[in-house]
Amino acid sequence: MRYDTIVIGAGLSGLAAGIRLAMFDKKVCIVEKHVELGGLNSFYVRKNRTFDVGLHAMTNFTAKGVRSSPLGKLLKQLRFSHDDFRLCQQEISEVRFPEKSFRFTNDFEFMRQEVAEQFPDQIDGFNKLAEKILAFDELNLDDGERLLSQPVLESFISDPVLIDMLFCPLMYYGNAREGDMDFYQFVIMFKSIFIEGFSKPEGGMHYILHLMAERFKELGGELKMGNGVKTINASAGTVGSVTLENEEELDTVAVLSSMGYVETLNRCQPELAETGTCETGQVSFMESLFVVDKEPRELGYDRSIVFFSTQPRFNYKVPADLIDISSGVLCCSNNFKYPKPLEEGLIRLTNLASFDKWDSLPRKDYIAAKKEWRGRALEELFTFSPDFRDNVVFLDSFTPKTIKRYTGHINGAVYGSPEKIKNGKTPVKNLYICGTDQGFLGIIGATLSGISMANLHLLR
Amino acid sequence: MTIEEVRQIILNILADIAPDEDISSIDDNTKLRDQIDLDSMDFLDIVMELRKRFNIEVPEKDYEHLATMAGCVSYLTPLLKNRPLASS
Repeated sequence: MRYDTIVIGAGLSGLAAGIRLAMFDKKVCIVEKHVELGGLNSFYVRKNRTFDVGLHAMTNFTAKGVRSSPLGKLLKQLRFSHDDFRLCQQEISEVRFPEKSFRFTNDFEFMRQEVAEQFPDQIDGFNKLAEKILAFDELNLDDGERLLSQPVLESFISDPVLIDMLFCPLMYYGNAREGDMDFYQFVIMFKSIFIEGFSKPEGGMHYILHLMAERFKELGGELKMGNGVKTINASAGTVGSVTLENEEELDTVAVLSSMGYVETLNRCQPELAETGTCETGQVSFMESLFVVDKEPRELGYDRSIVFFSTQPRFNYKVPADLIDISSGVLCCSNNFKYPKPLEEGLIRLTNLASFDKWDSLPRKDYIAAKKEWRGRALEELFTFSPDFRDNVVFLDSFTPKTIKRYTGHINGAVYGSPEKIKNGKTPVKNLYICGTDQGFLGIIGATLSGISMANLHLLR
Repeated sequence: MTIEEVRQIILNILADIAPDEDISSIDDNTKLRDQIDLDSMDFLDIVMELRKRFNIEVPEKDYEHLATMAGCVSYLTPLLKNRPLASS
């Protein structure tokens, strides 16, 4: 038997591609090395509690009936109704720096007002920047000339603090590059976070992933879990089959891989003479989860998400230490408009982290370092927020090393390589990539990546 | 297949492609994309559904015939006229 397509990875991009292909009667099999769905946007269970990993919330919220937005397109292409995703909108989020802070909601006019109040001399420039962003075609798959964001922002805004404050959430939620950001990525993230906004599905990532996996299977797709791809067998520049870790060989007409560009090419047999130059990503995070015995708002935490810097200038780069406590993201999962409150309070704290530093620690030091740096990150947080340590009933942390172990992404780089392969092509003719290294980021972006690569290469 | 049946087939496809959309009030002579917000990705889906359900290949140069409901019906009726309705 021969498959039309083997999809590597049961994350959002792989599942979405699988659904598209199965919908049009392609014989498709998704292979996933982990025993759970989700890849970089997954979940795990500890002590009977299910925790989401990956993003804190879904970006790109648009209301039911808006069909030209990324979320609208995604629902349409996968034939889901808006109600199927059970999205609950955020309350209010904040970007908080030492001297300035602005809040934002899913209504962009509210943020515009906040910026006008905090930066009265910058609002004209900000409005002009917003106009440029709205008119920009960020979804063009052609590689144009590289345009970085910092010089573009400086041409509209003269206050470096406002520039840093705009960068902070957009970088934390989707930038693979240190220090600056490709402008088209900035536009994608600006629209998805500030203009559209946040929501969470009732039931978390677990719910969304199973909804998609069930749809895939109903359409006749095959899903192999806990069995990774050992080799992609490509002689003379054409894939003929893949061999799984259990030595099973699956014949196929094409392969769509979400495991990362370099990760994919590394598995090709015979080895590729020329893999091109593609740097691997470096940006990764440490995250700690705190289950608390009260609603976070009763502890003084009433925002949905806070992006903060405790230093006047924000620095988005791999830290010299294990983590960088001077900036971070704080998410209170409870502060979304759920139809009924969550059972427990949950606070998540995320900081930039260095894969190399974590990876070089021996096992016992690793455990001790997690505890130590979690403590330091909290101390820094409590310089501007109430202390909740006495209310913690359960806690856990994961590091770049954890991310690498479960997802296979080199360096635990959650946003992949800074160099995106927008057309999804590789040196091997019928081997394509989707997911983080293709270029659309975030939960909605990853899903659209799978859809668009399936449409472009495998359904025409 | 009658003209009315062909029209119903298009409506069935549109209902599958756009589950949140109200398709009961579609005007046959106004562009579909002006009424239910269809983009190029959706047109590809209509074409692929026709292939899947009726084994009809619509070449890219003929996509313009699918712009309105009336256009779809007049383009597809000759192609479907000898088919029984059963496979829809």
